[in-house]
Amino acid sequence: MPRSALTGTRIRERRLLKGMKQADLARTVGISPAYLNLIEHNRRKIGGKLLIDLARELGVEPAALTEGAELPLMEGLQEAASTGALRPSEGKQVQPPELQRAEEFAGRFPGWAALVVAQRERITALERRVEALNDRLAHDPFLSDSLHEVLSTVTAIRSTAGILNNAGEIDRDWQARFHRNLYEDSQRLADGSQALVSYLDTVGKSEDTLASPLEEVEAWLASRDFVLPELEQGKMPELSGEGGLRTAAARSLARKWVLRARAEAEKMPQTMVEAIVARHGPDPSALAQAMGVDLSAAMRRLASLPASETRPPMGLAICDGSGALTHRKPLDGFAPPRFGAACPLWPLYQALLRPLVPVRRVVEQYSQPPRRYLAYAIAQPQRPDRFDAPEVVEATMLFMPLDQLDLEVRDEEVQGIGTSCRVCARIECPARREPSMVLEIAEEG
Amino acid sequence: MGKRVLLIEDEPNIIEAIRFILSRDGWTVETHADGATAVAAVDRKCPDVIILDVMLPNKSGFEILRELRAMPDHASRPVLMLTARGQQKDRDMAEAVGVSHFMTKPFSNTEMLDVVRRLAADASGQDDGHG
Repeated sequence: MPRSALTGTRIRERRLLKGMKQADLARTVGISPAYLNLIEHNRRKIGGKLLIDLARELGVEPAALTEGAELPLMEGLQEAASTGALRPSEGKQVQPPELQRAEEFAGRFPGWAALVVAQRERITALERRVEALNDRLAHDPFLSDSLHEVLSTVTAIRSTAGILNNAGEIDRDWQARFHRNLYEDSQRLADGSQALVSYLDTVGKSEDTLASPLEEVEAWLASRDFVLPELEQGKMPELSGEGGLRTAAARSLARKWVLRARAEAEKMPQTMVEAIVARHGPDPSALAQAMGVDLSAAMRRLASLPASETRPPMGLAICDGSGALTHRKPLDGFAPPRFGAACPLWPLYQALLRPLVPVRRVVEQYSQPPRRYLAYAIAQPQRPDRFDAPEVVEATMLFMPLDQLDLEVRDEEVQGIGTSCRVCARIECPARREPSMVLEIAEEG
Repeated sequence: MGKRVLLIEDEPNIIEAIRFILSRDGWTVETHADGATAVAAVDRKCPDVIILDVMLPNKSGFEILRELRAMPDHASRPVLMLTARGQQKDRDMAEAVGVSHFMTKPFSNTEMLDVVRRLAADASGQDDGHG
């Protein structure tokens, strides 16, 4: 059952909460109890005057009956359902989650639903840590070298000690030489073991070394609402210290991002950008033309502006040539996936197919109610520093809620998209690469 | 003149210990520490037995052995491989490239000496058979 049909369930819940009988409520709004029964079981659509009358009798706003739970909570539940179904507990029969009742669950038990989402996020984070530790043990060059050093030293000590133990007629010079070797090797072993223990201790204590640098940078930017006011004065934000980035890799990545953002802030001062936005709207092509910058720089600059009531919030997604997301600034209802591949129908990827061709599209995220966004995207090659250098491209997508823009759009112009295949319910999607969790559950139901 | 061993190893104190153990047993021990020139050293010295470390500077013991096995003169030359990496995949890799015997570090002197003696004896037997 699609989530759009749950108005009836909410009417029933509200009626029961008020302790009203179905027949009484039906009579007060002028319909038969049988018809109200059909509505409450989501078998008849409802709207207009009848909805307003029912809401009045139930003492709620009509929107409370038609609008579902918070979208991020619903998305979190969907992701929890999909990952839970992908990884059932070993050796146990797992009852699939009743995804068609997710909204009902979130609406009736928002605290429990939030707990499920939080647990899912924690499990995902822990799984990432385990993966990182596995990777480290298998591929970490420092660990491998250290262990090799320790084992080599132990080998030398064991062989030398074995010789001295069965010395027999070893002359004094050789004995002295082996004693000296033993002493040197024992020192090496002590140093090597100490270095190894310190290293493993650091690994165990630092969570940040286990997350990817990209995630660390993203969390840092998110903690600042993706706004770096220091850049407007040509200054650099503090990357380390309290509230900063803990790993060198993340700081290096953030520094690269910040330097580019600072150069763009210098080229496109905030007051000028705001004046252009006030005149032309949040249109990256208008900004690019006015300031003489390329489209992707204009998109990044627009996304870096602080929140304001005079312009819509703007999300940003950037990917490299492989399609891997390298930057994610989400919006409510449009959150690029944290792990795994995103929807290939995003204008971001459409732009990647045709470098340097700007793409402007209205997209519709599958949700209840469906949410539409205006998206701008372009893929641009990075400037090569030598001949015969490999081609490196970066695609950038700026997106903003359509309902906060003054823009008329025909339905046929709207591109349906999702977040990622596993949690998307668009049945006939030409770009689908794996079955949807939502559809599997519907079929089983 | 006794039989000759070429020890390809870069750890000085391991070299010294092995050299002492084998010399006392009557072997002539020559050493080489660089992976990149190890194949040429084998080709030049044609030892009776090779003791080959895996983790060498510039070229790994696996690569060296693979190259040796592709050369007719060294295709069946006895090679004892020493490594601190004793995982099954390393053993599999050593076998895949044609090792005669695989031994993990740290090893006992007696065990190492027994293996070198046996490898040389087996090779002599093979030579006799062919002769």
